[in-house]
Amino acid sequence: MVKPQLQTRKLNLWFAKNHVLHDVDLSVHSQKVTAMIGPSGCGKSTLLRCFNRMNDLIPETRITGDVLLGDEDIYKNGSDVSRIRAAVGMVFQKPNPFPKSIFNNVAYGLQIQGKIRRSELEERVEQSLKAAWLWEEVKDRLNQSAMSLSGGQQQRLCIARALANRPKVLLLDEPTSALDPQSTAKVEELCLELKKSVTILIVTHNVAQAGRISDYTAFMYLGDLVEFDKTEKMFTVPADKRTEAYLTGVFG
Amino acid sequence: MKGRKLKNTFSTAILGFALLVTALFLVTFLVHMFYKGSMVLNWEFLTSVPRNSMTEGGIWPALVGTFLLTVLAVACALPLGIMTAIWLTHYGKPSWLISILRVAINSLAGTPSIIFGLFGMAVFVNMIGMDVSVLAGGLTLAILALPVIINNTEEAIRTVPHEFTEASLALGATTRQTITRVVLPTALPNILTGAILSIGRVAGETAPIMFTAATFYSRKLPSSLSDEVMALPYHIYALMTEGTHPEKQVPIAYGTALVLLLMVLLVSATAIYLRYYFRRKKQW
Repeated sequence: MVKPQLQTRKLNLWFAKNHVLHDVDLSVHSQKVTAMIGPSGCGKSTLLRCFNRMNDLIPETRITGDVLLGDEDIYKNGSDVSRIRAAVGMVFQKPNPFPKSIFNNVAYGLQIQGKIRRSELEERVEQSLKAAWLWEEVKDRLNQSAMSLSGGQQQRLCIARALANRPKVLLLDEPTSALDPQSTAKVEELCLELKKSVTILIVTHNVAQAGRISDYTAFMYLGDLVEFDKTEKMFTVPADKRTEAYLTGVFG
Repeated sequence: MKGRKLKNTFSTAILGFALLVTALFLVTFLVHMFYKGSMVLNWEFLTSVPRNSMTEGGIWPALVGTFLLTVLAVACALPLGIMTAIWLTHYGKPSWLISILRVAINSLAGTPSIIFGLFGMAVFVNMIGMDVSVLAGGLTLAILALPVIINNTEEAIRTVPHEFTEASLALGATTRQTITRVVLPTALPNILTGAILSIGRVAGETAPIMFTAATFYSRKLPSSLSDEVMALPYHIYALMTEGTHPEKQVPIAYGTALVLLLMVLLVSATAIYLRYYFRRKKQW
């Protein structure tokens, strides 16, 4: 068995007195797409945000258990949150480019890490935009505002921006729920390409999407990780009744 | 049916009347000020010093004084106010302390300006020993402008979409980097507009500088920040309350008032234009 890229052990999370995640044990395999599905409020986005410590920003959050990135416990006292967040990229539900130029959006992650030669910066920006399949569309207008791009392009820009940090893991929080079908298809194809170099963890409301792009699926319900298995297997013979009910559209 | 329509017509009429009364006051006020003020207003009035115990001559020292006081006050209050607002919005903990500070800042904003004058006199002039000076007056005005600038900056920072902050942090930026590279550049137009409006407020204040900076009559310009100065609002006050030739002094007071009014209007117009300009450029 290969070592998982991301792993949680007995992970519990509370927002104030609200117990949101219950004893979650999840292993995310390297260079695979893992989808997290489940009805609204089941804790899948919260779990996703544990992997880059974005929940730290919410006051009165309490976490017990371990979250491992490779061998490293990312909640260990004194761990460098900035470094973890650079290594674990995140793309949000709503495309959120900065009101800066296309170039500066992608360069942002590198610039905040310290001085970098202009030539190297330009090279990394180009690489990242190419990796996110955006280069051809924007190469002649890198200095234009990112706000001038379409929604789908903006979302791929956000992916490029995260890729510029050369992350080990990419967290996608319902990345296509604000996009039209064509842009959605493009982002999905992109995920399949990107998993060759980066581990992808995607939260989605769209069961069909999970079926199309993921290798593994985690089904969450009311803060529990109900079932985790190969997507193929879970979608054909789910082990838990609740999974079956959700997949067949009985609730959700 | 008829009753409802009648009521509607009636309330529209009442609202229209209220607007008319307000507009009437404003127009009368402006016409009066322009009419009275323009009788003495000319280039020489702006650029010459007062003569013959303020019965002749111009307002040059008062113009310079008001300019110095305003610049000093805003230069002190702006960085301090912006930093305070950043602390309140991004660093401040715990929340009860923030609430207390907000109450304090809002009380400061509602404090009568003469109280600031007394405070400035007690602390800057007497305790620290700055004497009646540009420095003491500028600092007193800075305290007056501080709550306005803090509240405005906080508001400006709050309008920065949370998504930007989140995106920056998720890319590994520290809080400080997020503030300097994303939050402040995005909020800057609104911060600046607010700062400019506070200039108008500061320039027109009389009470805070009464005991801390202003002098009735000076034929020369201040040579350093520790000199006392003339200032436009205080000059009006002096012309109307002191001296023995009101028939000569009142027109000068109107001229001074018009200059002050035009200055404040100009400042406000700049702020309105900037707001309009940035709003058109804004893309989110």
